[in-house]
Amino acid sequence: MSELQKTIEPSPPRRLNYINHDWSVASWLWPKDHKRIGVMYLVTITFLFFLGSMPAILIRLELLTPKAHLVTHDIYNRLFTMHGVTMVFFFLIPSIPTTFGNILLPMMIGARDLAFPKLNLASYYVFLIGAILAMVSLVYGGVDTGWTFYTPYSTTFSNSAMTPMIFGIFIAGFSSIFTGINFIVTIHTMRCPGMYWSRLPLFVWSLYATSLIFILGTPVLAITLLLLAAEHAFGVGIFNPALGGDPLLYQHLFWFYSHPAVYIMILPGMGVVSELIATFSRKRIFGYHFVAYSSVAIAILGFLVWGHHMFVSGQSMYAGMVFSVLSFLVAVPSAIKVFNWTLTLYKGSLVLKTPLLYALGFIGLFTIGGLTGLFLAAMGVDVHVHDTYFVIAHFHYIMVGGAMMAYLGAMHYWWPKITGRMYPEGWGVFSAVLVFFGFNLTFFPQFVLGYMGMVRRVAEYDAHFQVLNVLSTAGASILGVGYLLPLGYFFWSLRWEPKAGPNPWNATGLEWQSPSPPPELNFEVMPTVNGPPYDYDTVALHEEGIKHV
Amino acid sequence: MNLPQIPYFLSHSASVTGERVDFVFGLLIVFATTIIVIVLAMVLFCVTKYHRHRHANREGAIDHSTKLEMFFATVLTVIALTLFAWAADVYADISRPPADTMNIYVVGKQWMWKLHQPNGREEINALHVPVGQAVKLIMTSQDVIHDFYVPAFRVKQDVLPDRYTTMWFTATKTGTYRIHCAQYCGTDHAAMIGWVYVMTQPDYQKWLDAAPANQPAIAGTPGTVGAPMATQLRSTFNAMGCIACHVPTSSVRAPRLDGIYGQAVKLQNGQTVAADEEYIRESILFPNAKISAGYPQPSLMPSYNGQLSEQQLRDLVDFVKSIRNGWPADATTQPASAEPAKDEPKP
Repeated sequence: MSELQKTIEPSPPRRLNYINHDWSVASWLWPKDHKRIGVMYLVTITFLFFLGSMPAILIRLELLTPKAHLVTHDIYNRLFTMHGVTMVFFFLIPSIPTTFGNILLPMMIGARDLAFPKLNLASYYVFLIGAILAMVSLVYGGVDTGWTFYTPYSTTFSNSAMTPMIFGIFIAGFSSIFTGINFIVTIHTMRCPGMYWSRLPLFVWSLYATSLIFILGTPVLAITLLLLAAEHAFGVGIFNPALGGDPLLYQHLFWFYSHPAVYIMILPGMGVVSELIATFSRKRIFGYHFVAYSSVAIAILGFLVWGHHMFVSGQSMYAGMVFSVLSFLVAVPSAIKVFNWTLTLYKGSLVLKTPLLYALGFIGLFTIGGLTGLFLAAMGVDVHVHDTYFVIAHFHYIMVGGAMMAYLGAMHYWWPKITGRMYPEGWGVFSAVLVFFGFNLTFFPQFVLGYMGMVRRVAEYDAHFQVLNVLSTAGASILGVGYLLPLGYFFWSLRWEPKAGPNPWNATGLEWQSPSPPPELNFEVMPTVNGPPYDYDTVALHEEGIKHV
Repeated sequence: MNLPQIPYFLSHSASVTGERVDFVFGLLIVFATTIIVIVLAMVLFCVTKYHRHRHANREGAIDHSTKLEMFFATVLTVIALTLFAWAADVYADISRPPADTMNIYVVGKQWMWKLHQPNGREEINALHVPVGQAVKLIMTSQDVIHDFYVPAFRVKQDVLPDRYTTMWFTATKTGTYRIHCAQYCGTDHAAMIGWVYVMTQPDYQKWLDAAPANQPAIAGTPGTVGAPMATQLRSTFNAMGCIACHVPTSSVRAPRLDGIYGQAVKLQNGQTVAADEEYIRESILFPNAKISAGYPQPSLMPSYNGQLSEQQLRDLVDFVKSIRNGWPADATTQPASAEPAKDEPKP
C-alpha cells in the first residue's frame, strides 16, 4: 500500500484537530462530528458502567454470607435489576458501536463522516434521555423485576417504579435504531475509492452485522415494552392470564429481541479482536472471508434461537428441539472465528502490548463462554442448570469476558488515535492481567455453584455454597481494581504521556493514515485503497528496509 | 456450624433421569475441556514461539485455506449435532412421564409451595415420596410464574398461572433434597424453598398413615383416591352445580364424565384431543374452547373462569379422574348434605 509508506510530515505545534478546532459550548453540546459524538458517548457510558457496577459490588458483598445480612430481600432484588438493566441496555448494547464504531467507522472506510450526522447527534440525545428516565426510576426506588421483566410479575404484582424504567429503555432503543441505519447507509454508500466490500476492515463487517440486528430486532423490543406498559398502566390483558393474556407470549417477544441483543454485544467485540490480532501479530488475518461472513451468519442465525431461553417454560417439546439444534449450529460460525484468530497468531511476529493481551484474554474467555453455551443449548442439561448460577457464569463469560475485554482492548488500541496520547504500557499490562485473573476467579466458581443447584436472584443460599461464593467475591474485588486502574491512567495520560504520532502501532487501517487526533474532516488528503486489508507483509518489508538501510 | 453437605456436583444425582443428565454433562465437560486445552496450548505456543524478539521459522505462513475451514466447520457441525441429539433424547425423557406415575398436585404461590398427596394429605414446602416410584407433579400457580426445582433430581419446570405444567422423577436414593423456586417471583423468592423427603415404601406408608388430625387420615395406596378424599371431591362437584347436568340421570344433555379421563375425545371441528388434566381444566373454565362432537355450540354450560379457586378446580379435575372406571353406586342421587367446598386454608 503506497499510502501507508508515505512518511507524514511532523505536525506544526498547534495543528487543528477535531478536539481543539472549536472550544465553544455549542460546538460540544450540538456537535455533528462523528468523533465528538463518539467521545460524548464514551464519557456517558463510562459513567453508566460504573453506575451499573455499584449494585454489583453490593450484590457480591451480600453473597459473602449465606443469610441476608447486608440488605433486605427487597433491596437485593432492586440491586440485581439495576445492575442488569444498566449494564445490558445502557452499557453493553451501546458500548462498542456507539463509541469506537462512531469514531472509527467513517475513518476506516475513508469517509469524512457518517451518512447522517444529525441523526447521529439525535441518537446520542435520545440515548441520554432514555438513560435519565431509567435513573429517574432509581430515584423512585428502582425496579424489582429483574432485567427480563417477566410477566405477570412485572405488570401486575410488582410494586416498583416500572413506568419510567420501561420508557427509558423504550426511548434508548431508538438510539440503537438510528445508529444502525446510519452505519448501514454509511457502509453502503461512503466507502472511499478502492474500498471494496472484500477490503473492509473486519471491525466494519462486524458493525454491519450488528446494525442489521439493531434495525431488525430493536423495533420488536419497542413493541414488547409498549404492550408491557399497556398492561401495567392500563390493565389491558395481554400477558397476564387473569386478564386473558398469555405470559409465555411475553417471553417469546422479549427473547426475540434479547437473544439477538447478545450478539449486538459480542459481534463488535469480535470485530475489535480481529483488528487487534492482525495488528499485533504483524500478519494478515487468517481466512478473512470466513471471519467476515461468519459475522453476518451469526447475526441471521441469532434471530432463530430465542426459544432456548424457554426449555423449562412450558413451551412445546418439539419447538424446543428446533431451537436447540439451531443454537448448536450458531456456535459453528463463532468457533470458526476462534479457529481463524489462533491460526493468525501462528507464525506471526507477536508484539505483546496491552491490546493484544486483551485480545488473547478475549479468545480464552469467549471460548469458555461459548462452550458453556453448548451446555445450555443441550436441552437435557439445560433443564438442570437453567436459572442457576451456571447461566450467570455463562453470560458473564460472554458479556464481560468477551464484550468487556474487547472494549478495553479497543480502548487501549485506539486511545492514541482518539486523544493523540499514548497510555502507560506497564500499567496497561498490569491491569489487563488483573482483569483476566480477577474475572476468572469471580465467575468460574459460579459454574460449579450452578451445577450444585444454587439458583439465581437470591439474597440467601444454603451454607455449603459459601466457600465458592467467597472466592467469587474475592475475584470481584480484584476485577474492580482492574477496572478502576485504567480509569485513572487514561485520565493521567491525557497530560503526562508522550504524544502518539499518527500510527504508533504501524497498523494498516485507513484510520492510522490520519494524524492523531484526526482533523475535523478526518483526513488531510482523502485516501484511496490499492491493496488488500491487513497487508502486514508489505509493512514488514518496509520495516526491514528501515532496519537495514 | 453444620457440616456442609456433600455438594451434588461431586456426588451422584438422586434420580433416574439425573444419572442420564450427569452423563451428558460429563460428555460436554470432556468435549469442552479438550477444546479449551487445545486453544490455550495454541495461544501459549504462539505467544512463546512467535514472540517478536524470538527467532523462529516464519516461512510458509498461509493466510487462508478454504479446505481447512470447511473441514473444521464440518467436524464441528457433526459433533454439535451429536451432542444435540443426545441431550434432546434426555429432554424427551424428562418431558414425557411414564404411564404408571403417582400423581401429586402442586400449587405455587408467593412464596410457598402447597402439595397434595394422592390420598389428600396436604404439605407445605415439603414433599414425601417413596423411593423407586415414578412421581408426576401436576403444577399450577395462583399468581406469578414460579419454577419447581429439585437440583438433586436434575429437573425443574416453570409453574404457570392458569395452566397446568407437569414434571416427573423417580428418586433412586432415600434422603432429603432441596426444593427451590428457580423462577424469580418477587420479594421472598429466595425464601421459597422446601425439602423432598425420599423414603422407603414402608416408611412412606407409615408417614401417610400418621396424618395429623386435621388431615384426611385414611391411607390410600399411591395412585388411588382414599375414601375421605373422594367425599371432598364429590362435595365440590355437587356444590359447584356440576351435578345438575353431568350425571347419567340428568335431563340436560351433557357429555358423560365417567370414563372420559385419558380417552380421546372427538371435537365438533373434527379434531381429536386427549382428555388429560389440561383439557378437563380448560373445559371447566372455557366450555366453548373445545366442544365435543354432537353437542350444541355455543355450549350450554356457563364458564367457570374466575369462579373457582385452584383447589376447587383441582378437586373437580380429580373427581373426573376418580370416575374413570364408572360412577360410584350412590352417585346419581343428590347427597343429603352437600356441604359447600371448603376454601383453601391460609398459610
